[in-house]
Amino acid sequence: MVKPPDSDRRAALVGLASALTLCALRPPAARAAGPGQPAPDDALALPSWDERPRVVTPEDLVLNAPPLVVYPSDLTGKTVRERSRLNQILILRLSVDQLDAATRRCAADGIVAYAGTCTHAGCSVSEWDATARQFLCPCHASRFDPARAGAWIAGPAARPLPALPLKIQHGRLLVAGVFRGKIGAKSA
Amino acid sequence: MQRLLTSFFCLALIPTLGLCANPTLPYRSVTQARLEAPEPDNWLMYRRTYDSQGYSPLATINTRNVRQLVPLWSFSTGVEEAHQAPPLVNDGMMFITTPRNQILALDARTGDLQWRYQRQLPDDLFQLHPTNRGVALYEDRVYLATVDAFLVALDARTGEVLWEKPVENYLDGYYMTLAPLVVNGRVMVGTSGGELGVRGFIQAFDAKTGDALWKTYTVPAPGEPGSETWPGDTGKHGGVPVWVTGSYDPATQLSYWGTGNAGPWMGDARTGDNLYATSVIAVDVNTGAIRSHHQYHWNDSWDWDEVAAPLLIDIQRNGRTLKSLIHEGRNGYLWMLERTSKGIGFVEAQAYVKQNVFTRLDPLTGRPEYDPQHKPRIGQRTEFCPSIWGGKDWPPSAYSPQTGYLYIPANENLCSALAGEPAKYRAGEPYIGLPVANIEVFPTPEGKDHIGELQAWDLAAGKKVWTKTFKSHNWGPVLATAGGLVFSGGTNDRYFRAFDAHTGDVLWQQRTNSGVVGVPTSYAIDGQQYIAVQSGWGVDAQRKQEFLDKAYGTKTQVPQGGVLWVFGLPPATPAP
Repeated sequence: MVKPPDSDRRAALVGLASALTLCALRPPAARAAGPGQPAPDDALALPSWDERPRVVTPEDLVLNAPPLVVYPSDLTGKTVRERSRLNQILILRLSVDQLDAATRRCAADGIVAYAGTCTHAGCSVSEWDATARQFLCPCHASRFDPARAGAWIAGPAARPLPALPLKIQHGRLLVAGVFRGKIGAKSA
Repeated sequence: MQRLLTSFFCLALIPTLGLCANPTLPYRSVTQARLEAPEPDNWLMYRRTYDSQGYSPLATINTRNVRQLVPLWSFSTGVEEAHQAPPLVNDGMMFITTPRNQILALDARTGDLQWRYQRQLPDDLFQLHPTNRGVALYEDRVYLATVDAFLVALDARTGEVLWEKPVENYLDGYYMTLAPLVVNGRVMVGTSGGELGVRGFIQAFDAKTGDALWKTYTVPAPGEPGSETWPGDTGKHGGVPVWVTGSYDPATQLSYWGTGNAGPWMGDARTGDNLYATSVIAVDVNTGAIRSHHQYHWNDSWDWDEVAAPLLIDIQRNGRTLKSLIHEGRNGYLWMLERTSKGIGFVEAQAYVKQNVFTRLDPLTGRPEYDPQHKPRIGQRTEFCPSIWGGKDWPPSAYSPQTGYLYIPANENLCSALAGEPAKYRAGEPYIGLPVANIEVFPTPEGKDHIGELQAWDLAAGKKVWTKTFKSHNWGPVLATAGGLVFSGGTNDRYFRAFDAHTGDVLWQQRTNSGVVGVPTSYAIDGQQYIAVQSGWGVDAQRKQEFLDKAYGTKTQVPQGGVLWVFGLPPATPAP
């Protein structure tokens, strides 16, 4: 089969574009955690309005169960930064072999985390399609794939849900970086 | 060069200040007398006149020459989402709003920008309906109700912000999308947020100072009349938003507002009539007191907001003038009510699209009885027609005193199914009791023929006289003119059309940049008549399209991005 002359170049460009969004790459120097936003070595906690507010451990996350909505916290769970909607994080455990390479580099033992605020109009991405294993925004039905770095699938959002790198250290589930993208609506 | 730099500085660097002005036009104060009797050349409020008829007495563009209509100028708004606001015009100065609470003030003759205001919205705003339906004008000020629940007053000449007043807390789900209503120096607004557990209200502010004057909740407080229609504390987050501008009757100083559905959506979560949900309420503009009401349907379970304000129309019937309130319900019935000294009275109602919920209306009160098979509830999937978006949603109808016809942008052959679940309240988050997967919208077999309609009703005779059908659903607000014309867009093929008001024949059409969900208006300068409308598809029209695409296995592309279009007869064409 004869390739079009520029197909290798195009493939390389596509590859480069993908690489730039890889979760595990060092984020751009200019990007830092916003005030109160999750930062490296934060814990993640269920908020005060949850039935059992507490710091989340790896054992709390059951394979393929619906996501939990958590917020950045100190290690004790006494200071949970839950006042801003922009801090809400969707966290769930998938099988490692379901994750693409980029997502795998961000995940900790199959546990992945994403911003919980929709990139379309800022609604909370509060629904979960258990059959398709997709995040679903109740406002305008945008869908995102947690196994492919939060990739946009359908609806008006057209931008991925920013991923949040995780790590497990001494049995604790911790934040390993900052959100990989702007949180919330494309321009409010 | 100086001017270029100034423009750049204004547009790019300090857009929130509203100082991006190059104002060159004189400005005539908008008095109460002018609002009550606007000159034919001007369009000074949401529906032009307080009676909400959406009718222009201009006739230079008419059935004989409308085929020659051409675009004279246009203006890109730079914004996506639904452009629903009417272009208001006061002596050649035009004001439009766009999503994200931008105001553009333009020379209505040339399209030259006079000033631009862009509100800086908070990053954590939850925008269920990113839209705006226009400004209000009074004296030398412009009023904007914002999606972060502020009321802003600006200098109409320059765009300078004069004051901003917080109306409610957006973090609790309150937001505003309607054009304010101004009467006798009072600026009235209502709140959106029925899906977010708000308690609806209408509030009045002093037009000069912004001081709050009165606030009337659409859900009575415990102990107030009507509170007995809400069990327990269900009224606390009972919804009943007000998100479309009310009508006003100067003779009685009563404003008439449509109200939204109660929340959460399933009626069995709040057993009772749930006053004043899905009603028209007569509100005294001086005190805010609710003088009278009529509830179109009780204990809503279909998401049938009845927010479109009734049209105030004098109808000759049985040898007398009936001072009517006309409302095309989202519930699929066309309601004729009457303004009497005793309050709002029921006259008659009939279905204008297929409806399978009401089994009977009480002949004296109009209160419907329901088929329980079609009343959604918790724990069960229930089908009903018309769909959750109803026979007609917010897009306003128009009435022509010339033909005596009411023009309804309707949707037929579309039904829904809902499967309710118990709802849990959390401030600022959805409170409807239904995950997305439990909301269905689907066409009936007849939907293959058409969904969208433009209907004309002879109100004196109480009969439909013509129907124009469209394969697409219809989200087009309507303008009627004395030229024997009706203008409307609303379909997914991006057309804006002129219809013969007597026959419904399409006499002219223009394909635009996007879908037309904007309110069309007409105005004149120095004897030349213009038709103006914004084209910019989004929000509910887009969402409904997704349901239809799912049903038909299609993928309809309606591009987004707003453009204001202004049409007129070519300059060389002499007026007949």
